[in-house]
Amino acid sequence: MIRYIIKRLLYMIPTLFGMSLIAFLIIQLPPGDYLTSMIASMTQSGQNVDPAQIALLRRIYGFDDPIYVQYWKWITGIVTRGDFGHSFEWNRPVSELIWDRMGATLSLSIASLLFVWAVSIPIGIYSAVRRHSISDHVFTFFGFLGLAIPNFILALTLMYVSYRFLGQSVGGLYSPEYTGAPMSWGKLLDLLAHLWIPVIVIGTAGTAKLIRILRANLTDELHKPYVVTARAKGLPEHKVILKYPVRIALNPVVSAIGWVLPELVSGITITAIVLNLPTAGPLLLRALISQDMYLAGSFILLMGVLTLVGMLISDILLALLDPRIRFR
Amino acid sequence: MAMNRTVHIQDETGPAVTPLKPEGGREEMAAAGQWKLIWHKFIRNKLALVSAAIIIVLYLVAAFAEFLAPGDPSASRPQYTYAPPQPIGFFVDGGDGESRFLPHVKGYAVEVDPESYRRTFVPDDEQIVPIGFFVEGAPYKFWGLFDMNMHLLGALDPTQPMYLLGTDRLGRDLLSRLIYGTRVSMSIGLIGVGMSLVLGIVLGSLSGYYGGWVDTAIQRLIEVVSAMPTIPLWLGLAAAIPLTWSPLQVYFIITLIVSLLGWTGLAREVRGRFFALKTEDFVTAARLDGSRERRLIFRHILPSLTSHILAVVTLAIPTMIIAETALSFLGIGLKPPVVSWGVLLQDAQNIRTVSSAPWLLVWPAGAVVVAVLSFNFFGDGLRDAADPYES
Repeated sequence: MIRYIIKRLLYMIPTLFGMSLIAFLIIQLPPGDYLTSMIASMTQSGQNVDPAQIALLRRIYGFDDPIYVQYWKWITGIVTRGDFGHSFEWNRPVSELIWDRMGATLSLSIASLLFVWAVSIPIGIYSAVRRHSISDHVFTFFGFLGLAIPNFILALTLMYVSYRFLGQSVGGLYSPEYTGAPMSWGKLLDLLAHLWIPVIVIGTAGTAKLIRILRANLTDELHKPYVVTARAKGLPEHKVILKYPVRIALNPVVSAIGWVLPELVSGITITAIVLNLPTAGPLLLRALISQDMYLAGSFILLMGVLTLVGMLISDILLALLDPRIRFR
Repeated sequence: MAMNRTVHIQDETGPAVTPLKPEGGREEMAAAGQWKLIWHKFIRNKLALVSAAIIIVLYLVAAFAEFLAPGDPSASRPQYTYAPPQPIGFFVDGGDGESRFLPHVKGYAVEVDPESYRRTFVPDDEQIVPIGFFVEGAPYKFWGLFDMNMHLLGALDPTQPMYLLGTDRLGRDLLSRLIYGTRVSMSIGLIGVGMSLVLGIVLGSLSGYYGGWVDTAIQRLIEVVSAMPTIPLWLGLAAAIPLTWSPLQVYFIITLIVSLLGWTGLAREVRGRFFALKTEDFVTAARLDGSRERRLIFRHILPSLTSHILAVVTLAIPTMIIAETALSFLGIGLKPPVVSWGVLLQDAQNIRTVSSAPWLLVWPAGAVVVAVLSFNFFGDGLRDAADPYES
């Protein structure tokens, strides 16, 4: 098992390297750099710009180095010192800005993942056992709808519904009266009252896909001889289904973390922008629009890392569940 | 599901009926080519057929947008901002108590809220705006070639208002904008898929055919790209588009960005099939006959993949449409004056607009959902029909 985990960790290194290249590419992509646009706006507003000072700044930020040197400086800063560079817009180190936001993104992903499982596993099992029943068709219909409605449209619709019919303040994670308040039961309830919209919005597509997978897998398992045997020896029906075929059919549900997680993180980004949640999404969009590229690149890199860690966890869980993977 | 039902029917009726059938018909099917078999299976799937029809209609709308739209999508009338949709009526009171057939919409009356002084429009039963088919209206250049001013539907007097789906914040006709948006949104899906198809097939076949280190390298690349959460990556790439670019350049670069991330699934699919087909007898036979590698790939392996690829491609189009919509909605994709469904949804960004003018959310969102659903059902139907092992 430990050998498997080590092998898996080693496999992650080239992927991480590739991701850092993509993030760095995005940092470098916009024409010009922040310094140039700063100088432009300063001269426009009539301020004097000292050429010596510009040269100094350029040297400090390494804008004149060849591209691979810049990449090397950037990546070693992150790996050795946790230094993600400088946010020009906020005039603070990027590392001071991102962790809160990434934490919110992480907790929202976990909440959504739990929601996806909590909804899709029972429905998936039900749909497979009662195939072609009316409820199965209803679930399938909603599943297709959930897949077809883009996150942000769903978010807008739910916002509208909750504003119009529930009279609830929408957007953000807390009502105005709780925003600055210390944590209390009231605040927690308020949080839950706000959290359901983003969780449903983010989780719906993943839930729909997982139900389809689970239904298909379980249907294949249900007709295998061992199920017939279990039933023939007189096991109660719920045990026949839950104890054997469901356990096997759950394998892909675990491995689903690997592909559901990037989707969740992706969904959180856009949903958070629409609902104005304090996750990485809105800050990333703002950073991109103002071309504060170190901040934006760091977010993109960290979101990639987040999904990679998710995949690692899903692989390890899978290996624990299924010895064939461990000893391959 | 529909497939399973048909399986069921065949199981029950198959043995009893088939011997009675005229022999000729069976032989015809037995010797039918791959495409004929697929077609036969496909047309039994009603849901997929309906979806195919909707997709065709959508592309026809895209092709004849200028003619179908009642007006110019960017012509604004400030006196009709946020005007609600008008219902169509067919009979008017002739004055002598008898009703007379005259297709029309109701004009608008302005109501001013006594507290907020905000103007709202309500349909006014007194004002009748007669409408008709093939009316003359705003001039346009059809396909950029012919000068025309004929519109399928419109007010007989072009100066009078006809807003079947309401207007936006500048008093522009939502129906016309939606129709022009169809052109941009649907074509981005098609062109984007074309680009990722090329990437996916080339890299997927290389990977699947050669195996070894080529395979490993390409698989790593796919892994990296597909592990990145797509929306942040799209955002990052789209934000780098210079503001000075022309709308056409932005359109193509957005399509490129959208397809840049869409090819991974396709490449995986192609690679998997290649691995399966590589060891098939007919490939071995062709190799023993002395076919070179290029001939093996393009003449023998790829043709047996086409039906499957077609299905996967259809299923990839909706993702592209959603991607464009999301980017434009956030304001870093396509920008006005270009009209796409995403650009239209940008107007419905805040809750205040949505609650006072819900039609700005409902119609563009509805268009996106209908298009995406149709492509999904159509693709599913194609995939089932193209699978030779599922009868």
